[in-house]
Amino acid sequence: MTKQTKQYLKTFLDKQRLDRRRADEQRPLEIETGLIERAEGSAKVKLGNTEVLVGVKLDVGTPFPDSPDEGVIIVNAELSPIADPEFESGPPRENAIELARVVDRGIRESKSIELGKLCIDSGEKVWMVFMDIYILNNEGNLVDAAGIATIAALLNARLPKLDKDGNIDRDAEPDGKLPVVQKPIPVTVGKINSTLLADPTEKEEEVIETKLTVTTLENGNVCAMQKSGSGTITASDLEYAFELSRKTGKEIRKKLN
Amino acid sequence: MKKPDDMKLIVKGKRLDGRKLDEIRPVKIEAGVLGRAIGSAYVEVGGTKVIAGVHGPRGVYPKYLEKQGRAILRVKYSMAPFSVNDRKRPGPDRRSVELSKMIKHALEPVIFFDEFPQLSIDLFVEVIQADAGTRAASIVAASVALADAGIPMRALVSSCAAGKIEGKIVLDLDGPEDNYGQADLPVAVIDGTEEISLLQLDGELNEKELKEAVQLAVSGCRVIHDKQKEALRRRYQ
Repeated sequence: MTKQTKQYLKTFLDKQRLDRRRADEQRPLEIETGLIERAEGSAKVKLGNTEVLVGVKLDVGTPFPDSPDEGVIIVNAELSPIADPEFESGPPRENAIELARVVDRGIRESKSIELGKLCIDSGEKVWMVFMDIYILNNEGNLVDAAGIATIAALLNARLPKLDKDGNIDRDAEPDGKLPVVQKPIPVTVGKINSTLLADPTEKEEEVIETKLTVTTLENGNVCAMQKSGSGTITASDLEYAFELSRKTGKEIRKKLN
Repeated sequence: MKKPDDMKLIVKGKRLDGRKLDEIRPVKIEAGVLGRAIGSAYVEVGGTKVIAGVHGPRGVYPKYLEKQGRAILRVKYSMAPFSVNDRKRPGPDRRSVELSKMIKHALEPVIFFDEFPQLSIDLFVEVIQADAGTRAASIVAASVALADAGIPMRALVSSCAAGKIEGKIVLDLDGPEDNYGQADLPVAVIDGTEEISLLQLDGELNEKELKEAVQLAVSGCRVIHDKQKEALRRRYQ
């Protein structure tokens, strides 16, 4: 986007969005689960034209020394060049790392997965839950799409059976669901000219000053936040974003099962 | 990390290190501590010790990062291997990459980038001892170092965290409180006002607690802001 286009967009985006949405309006959300049979859990989320695929893989590994009775969760994000001409291949850079860490924070801090139930042999063997985020199409607001896809994939995940030697038998009938007890939903707003826009598109992201992601739970509490991008916010911006996140989170949670 | 069952973080309204709930750890700030950096600062917040150094404005390499008509800010936050109990492997990890980005975004709103077209302001923050709150201390040091370097800025950025331990909202978590606490909310504000340039949260809070924690963190930032100004005055008197 040229500097001139950006300047031009800045003059009216707070009054009229390019896709004619209201300031607090989310794009349509579609969730599809279980589409990757090889993965223990998977989900594809379409948020407007943004498309994100998340696969959950389960493995047996050793626990961290400071939590010998708890499973391990690992979130990773790949910004593959197929999703955006601006994305480059290679190891994750700061945007991919931030994305993965914001999603991770929502899952971890909400204690969404009961890690105590993922212990196989205290101090020796626990389940490791790998959540891999693949961006298929970047039309903005990757954090929300990835966060929703991750929790949908976790809800979809099944624990593989262990044979009598403690090895994973992925061909056997699964051993039941992954113990997922919370549904943290990240909801992001972008700020432009003191106006907050819900669920910003990729074009909007190029001109907004900053973004704020608020992740809430079913009980209305917040469990993670991230202000991303230069620019500043006020306490009343935060209040607005929190309220919107609670309202939107409730709607999105209805679509998860 | 699991808290030992007999461990209490708050006893009779006082915290383990004797602080009140809304009390910040002892803060020490010194400007101009490095010889070769154009601007620098040393900051101590309790057991957390950081040094920030600024180079530039100078040419940008690789060239493609250069911005027409304005300067860029590059930030590298890193933790020394000896700064924590279990030696940290040197070099960037995912956490330090994210924190570098957060620190950069916290500082960018105050810098007049138009003054130095096509140049880069390079900021390096080294944590030499970590006892929670290293990103806040880094922002505090970075902001003083940038001022010491004479980079035109509209204000100083101050930073402090609030958190939740044993159900209570407290200011400026220390190491054990961070490890065994329920929530951590680092905040940075501009010029001691309520304009927030860093906001993150790890951990669950309800609406009332969130409000209280943000306000408390902002009040901590004000205390820090005064100390930052004092440090710069001492340096240039």
